[in-house]
Amino acid sequence: MKLIYFAWVRERIGRTEEEVDLPAHVETVSDLLKWLKHRGEEYENALQHPEAIRVAINQEHVDHGERLAGAHEIALFPPMTGG
Amino acid sequence: MGAVQPHIRIQTADFDVAAEIARLTGGRRDIGAVVTFTGLCRDEAGRLSALELEHYPGMAEAEVLRIAGDACIRWPLQGITVIHRYGKLEPGDNIVLVVTASTHRQAAFDAACFVMDFLKSRAPFWKREHAAGGAAGEWVAAREADEAAIANWRK
Repeated sequence: MKLIYFAWVRERIGRTEEEVDLPAHVETVSDLLKWLKHRGEEYENALQHPEAIRVAINQEHVDHGERLAGAHEIALFPPMTGG
Repeated sequence: MGAVQPHIRIQTADFDVAAEIARLTGGRRDIGAVVTFTGLCRDEAGRLSALELEHYPGMAEAEVLRIAGDACIRWPLQGITVIHRYGKLEPGDNIVLVVTASTHRQAAFDAACFVMDFLKSRAPFWKREHAAGGAAGEWVAAREADEAAIANWRK
């Protein structure tokens, strides 16, 4: 599974992307955020307010309740500020 | 109206508003209204020297196309163009352009407004401020008003 990070999520985690093998119990976006948060201080720092993190699966916005089945690219980023 | 193909560009280069209007209206006799919105980089009363725009390549194009496509479903548009720049931009530089063309003005106005509202909080772009001293500063925080603007279109 490919994870990609943008803006301050990317800066706090300290990498732009990574490949991860998710344990079977990580089934939803919300599970993923919880699981990532325990991977180290930098993840804890980036994801301390998981409700603030926006997520896209295969380049489409999803809610935190969305299931990860079928995902090949999951992006985590702060609320968007374009325009 | 299903035949309208939105013209979407995500680029570092500047754009020419007149040329983009001509792209939609050239050779046509049925368009009665063209609305353009241009978003510019501002210096916040001298506080900023630049804005740096990060984007999610691939998804930025896809999401802007989804938004423009939704506008084509809601209003009888004859053409729609959205250009969004990324990279480092200075005060006075163009950031974003929306051009909508329709038979009558209301559809063109409303569609342009709709596209901008959704671009603000759904298109994967993030702005970071560069202070007048030159140092890279804070990421711009999302405004609650932007989220509220989207909710209004769902009513």
